[in-house]
Amino acid sequence: MKEISYYPGCSLHGTAREYDDSIRGVLSLLDIQARELEDWTCCGASSAHCTDEDLAVDLAARNLAIAEKSNRELLVPCVACYSRFKVAENEVKEHSKKSRFSYHGNVPIRYSLDFFCDEPILDEVKKKRVKPLTGLKVVCYYGCLTVRPPKLTGIREYENPQHMDRLMEALGAEPVQWSYKTDCCGASLVMTRTDIVRKLGERLLSMAKEAEADCLVTGCPMCQANLDMRQEEFEKETGEKYDLPILYFTELMGLALGHKDVKKWLGRHLTDPVKVLSSKGLI
Amino acid sequence: MDLNQKGSSFLSEVVQASGETLQACYQCQKCSAGCPVAFAMDILPNQVLRHIQYGHREKVLSSKTIWICASCYSCSVRCPNNIDIAKIMDTLRTLALHSEFKPGEKDIPIFHSAFLDTIKSKGRIHELSLILQFKSKTRDFFKDAALGLKMYRKGKIKLLPSKFSGGKEIKEIFNAFEKGART
Repeated sequence: MKEISYYPGCSLHGTAREYDDSIRGVLSLLDIQARELEDWTCCGASSAHCTDEDLAVDLAARNLAIAEKSNRELLVPCVACYSRFKVAENEVKEHSKKSRFSYHGNVPIRYSLDFFCDEPILDEVKKKRVKPLTGLKVVCYYGCLTVRPPKLTGIREYENPQHMDRLMEALGAEPVQWSYKTDCCGASLVMTRTDIVRKLGERLLSMAKEAEADCLVTGCPMCQANLDMRQEEFEKETGEKYDLPILYFTELMGLALGHKDVKKWLGRHLTDPVKVLSSKGLI
Repeated sequence: MDLNQKGSSFLSEVVQASGETLQACYQCQKCSAGCPVAFAMDILPNQVLRHIQYGHREKVLSSKTIWICASCYSCSVRCPNNIDIAKIMDTLRTLALHSEFKPGEKDIPIFHSAFLDTIKSKGRIHELSLILQFKSKTRDFFKDAALGLKMYRKGKIKLLPSKFSGGKEIKEIFNAFEKGART
């Protein structure tokens, strides 16, 4: 059985519990053992880098130093944590920045979406798929830090990424094309400038509806929280009814792979995904 | 270009702190055209770079723009001169916090300080603690209260923070930050 280190990050212990549960569920179906980093702490996103560069690097490096003690790759499901880790890695490796922890830039840092889109895993998913998501139209929403900046993420198609689309196809779903794959949802301003976030969120939801999607799929806990939990508020503002479920890609993986807890994960959403999935005969 | 003594010193301060050669900006405005939050800014990203070149320290450090920037990196990846504008925004926020100027946005820097206070005391971001900390600083207790209740019902709010034993190291990180804070 393959083993990886796992850094859940703060959101996955709170608002994004279903993301944590579905990742662990899917990993176990793929015979991958996730070892949670012992005694991990917050990576510092999204405030440390707005305040002090050394603080930002140290908060990330503390966790990376723990991960470096083993020679396993590090799976990071929150894209904000991933981005801060990649920045710290780059500072230490390319700019010889010293952190106060014993971290040398030697641990492979893998964002969850990239990890699950590796060819061998995609092949395994196709093999183990028990319920193809036939007839489910999805828009793949990558957001900002999944792809940007490409010098850190290594994503070559950063203006029009395709890897989540390929994963959705492997699950049997139909990814529909839209032009908002990598547009920002503004989640970092959700507590402070809700007015800005509302404008960005409304546009994403209405464009996803225009593309005739049944749901929007993401791997970012901030995007998910923003678009799912604030959707009713956006609807009140515009008078439009979006009713668009915002799903984690791992929840759809769990559904296609026949995980027993899918309903439990979906039950935590504020915008109900069960209705549309059952209308397609998927649940 | 009018680079008087004061002007060039702000320019070199930003260049040095960010490591970015923002002198290379030739005002193509691609950064501002693609910025998703430009509509809420008081000066556009390309204008920020121009003001820095001209040494307009107060104009830049007291702007709303540097706080509204959502760090989405659209500008950075599209700049034909490879200027990492999002990184410069981080540098400007740090400089603004240590300047004599009042921040152009009230709540955003307060949020960041509440966020860091939460890490300092709990090691991780316990969302409920962060929200309460932020609200006690802004005195806006009712905003999003109904949403909070819905989230609680869905099991999305964890009432107690997790235990961790890395407190000593976190304390050291923050001690260094507080001592080494630039003046």
